[in-house]
Amino acid sequence: MDALDVARWQFGVTTVYHFLFVPLTIGLSVLVAILQTLWHRSGNERYLKLTKFYGKLFLINFAMGVVTGIVQEFQFGMNWSDYSRFVGDIFGAPLAIEALVAFFLESTFIGLWIFGWDRLPKRLHLAAIWAAAIGTNLSAYFILAANSFMQNPVGYRINPDTGRAELTDFVAVLTNKVALITFPHTLAGSFLVAGSLIVAVGLWHVIRNRGSADTGGYRFATRFGSWVVLISSALVILTGDIQGKIMTEVQPMKMAAAEGLYTTESPASFSVLTVGSLDGSRELFAIKIPYLLSFLGTGDPNGTVQGINDLQAQYASQYGAGSYTPIIPVTYWSFRFMIAFGLAAAAIALLVLWSQRKGRTPRSRWLLRAGLVMPVLPLLANSFGWIFTEMGRQPWIVFGEMLTRNGVSRSVSLTEVLTSFTAFTLIYATLAVIEFKLLVRYAKAGVPDVAPQPADDDDTDDAERPLAFAY
Amino acid sequence: MELTTIWFLLVAVLFTGYFILEGFDFGVGMLLPVLGRDDRERRVLINTIGPVWDGNEVWLITAGGAMFAAFPEWYATLFSGFYLPLLLILLALIARGVAFEYRHKRAEASWKRRWDQAIFFGSLIPAILWGVAFANILRGVPLDAQHEYVGGLVDLLNPYALLGGLTTLGLFLTHGAVFLALKTTDDIRRRAGTLAVKLGVGTAVVAVAFLSWTLTIRSSAAAVVLAVAAALALLGGLAAAAARREGWAFTGTALAIALAVATLFAALFPNVLPSTLDAAGTLTASNAASTPYTLKIMTWVAVIFTPIVLAYQGWTYWVFRKRIGVRNIPQH
Repeated sequence: MDALDVARWQFGVTTVYHFLFVPLTIGLSVLVAILQTLWHRSGNERYLKLTKFYGKLFLINFAMGVVTGIVQEFQFGMNWSDYSRFVGDIFGAPLAIEALVAFFLESTFIGLWIFGWDRLPKRLHLAAIWAAAIGTNLSAYFILAANSFMQNPVGYRINPDTGRAELTDFVAVLTNKVALITFPHTLAGSFLVAGSLIVAVGLWHVIRNRGSADTGGYRFATRFGSWVVLISSALVILTGDIQGKIMTEVQPMKMAAAEGLYTTESPASFSVLTVGSLDGSRELFAIKIPYLLSFLGTGDPNGTVQGINDLQAQYASQYGAGSYTPIIPVTYWSFRFMIAFGLAAAAIALLVLWSQRKGRTPRSRWLLRAGLVMPVLPLLANSFGWIFTEMGRQPWIVFGEMLTRNGVSRSVSLTEVLTSFTAFTLIYATLAVIEFKLLVRYAKAGVPDVAPQPADDDDTDDAERPLAFAY
Repeated sequence: MELTTIWFLLVAVLFTGYFILEGFDFGVGMLLPVLGRDDRERRVLINTIGPVWDGNEVWLITAGGAMFAAFPEWYATLFSGFYLPLLLILLALIARGVAFEYRHKRAEASWKRRWDQAIFFGSLIPAILWGVAFANILRGVPLDAQHEYVGGLVDLLNPYALLGGLTTLGLFLTHGAVFLALKTTDDIRRRAGTLAVKLGVGTAVVAVAFLSWTLTIRSSAAAVVLAVAAALALLGGLAAAAARREGWAFTGTALAIALAVATLFAALFPNVLPSTLDAAGTLTASNAASTPYTLKIMTWVAVIFTPIVLAYQGWTYWVFRKRIGVRNIPQH
């Protein structure tokens, strides 16, 4: 084990952890804004209760996304300083723009929204949550544009004197075809998580608190969330399909690694699962769907999909001797887990909708259990999607330009990076437990009372109340 | 003006904004156990910064992003070289940020006490370490000819840097106390005002010593003027605090922080990270910079969006301008 390995593990762990909170933040910000808009339009208190209820869960999660995000920005410089030097001219710009354009919007208006109930005019308060939601979703675009440069570098040249990548076309970086498709794919995946959380919590109350005055609200939430899940899973599939074809074009090795396809085939089949030798190079048993990989990769059922061995030989002659193959079991299984967990969430959403058809109230304990695991499924799908896309790029940190091992900080010792890895793991694990317990606690507590607040004894003039909400 | 100079100034402005804004956040966090005698009082203190602390912290993220985009070599060398202090700052900011949001989520005293500690240490550690870091940037650190940091942790803990840490600690404490005097009512307001003056006197001594030492290490005419102005602003702020002119006192401490940060950047220019070993290792605004094309794009983005950000952040402060007191804290 050396500093490089630990730095890689640390980046993996902190990034996957960060992205447990981000999808909920991205999706719930918009869904809570929609609920508040429904209240604003209809005046129906049911929507106000749901806004406040899911808003609270959103905020518990939001805090974690914010604080783990700072680590991400610092980590490039702290642990990947040679990478930062190499791509700073290109990679730094979207990061800075993300902060200036998106994070300020998000953080400032979240503050206004949290503390602005009753303090801001209603329309302005509604605008605050929308501004925060837009900021959140916008931030995803810039960071994905930066990530897409690592997958498919565009709009740059290598300066022969310094050996550094230099920006030549910023529009090309922002309209990188990988970014354009990864953005909707990521957003759809995020709404899959957020919708699932809304369903899980709503369904729990529908089944457990039958006959409560708020059942109507929970029923609405459950159906609303289910539709969000179904629509976003359709979008995930659609965008994922396009993404697969772009990936086959710009990172053929990643597509080959997704299937563990060693020899070039036309047509290529897709295996639902494979039992192979431990290193993944020999197949013992597999369930295969003919033509599917060709179709996923090229859009043509008879299309040619390049195999790992051919690509490896091609890269070795292009970039010099060495292995250019990712760890196949990781890419193979993460690709399948991503798809399976995502589809499972959609299937549960269908069941939930079916259980409530024509005003029926679901009672099934099995449905309740399925509903409770529901949010975990798309969360895992998101994690595996990222593990696939990042591990599938290896050994490159910037595809075709820089190897991951050459991007690490030379001045950071093994002791230092072990210290930080341990510290992050400990604090993240502790916070995960605390956050999960809080989410469960507040989810169980149910929708709040929104009876008009009694006149304050101390203040005669209501307009003088400086705090409508307090920490 | 050259683009690299503009971006040197912009990075300086972003850090200045960060230290002014999160400076009082840190101050409030550190004064939590001092000025908050019971839970309600502590809630008053926390709620003075409740709506704004997150937006304030984005100044740091933007400063970091701007550094990365405009001066990648500076960002890369500094962040990898100052690894452990930055790790501590990150851990502190994580604990502190979550604490603000989670503290009131359960009623148990033990739960609140733990988060109060997170807020206190989460504010104290960065308040000291930012000073240590910036003093080291100014003083210079061991960099080899490839701009790689070759020192250890001990190199960063020199007396000058520690005095720098003490200076930011004092400035943020004073600034926080002044802010609390401006934002609260009744008893807390009085105690905060009195404490601000006491803290301020000590801080003035430390800050003057630190800035004088700074000017002996590296100096320029502008740096001298700024350092004197910083000292005067601090003294003016203290006089205003003593006279219970809280708005002026806050203006004074905010200016003092701004001018002190400006002193460091003015003394540093045109270097961004001097090397104490090989002169070739020194990072300057030109050899650490991105290409003119990147800087030009970033300049346009900054010109368009900075005024918008300032406008809505300013508006937020206006919305939450009212003082709060114990009686304003809701029961739940």
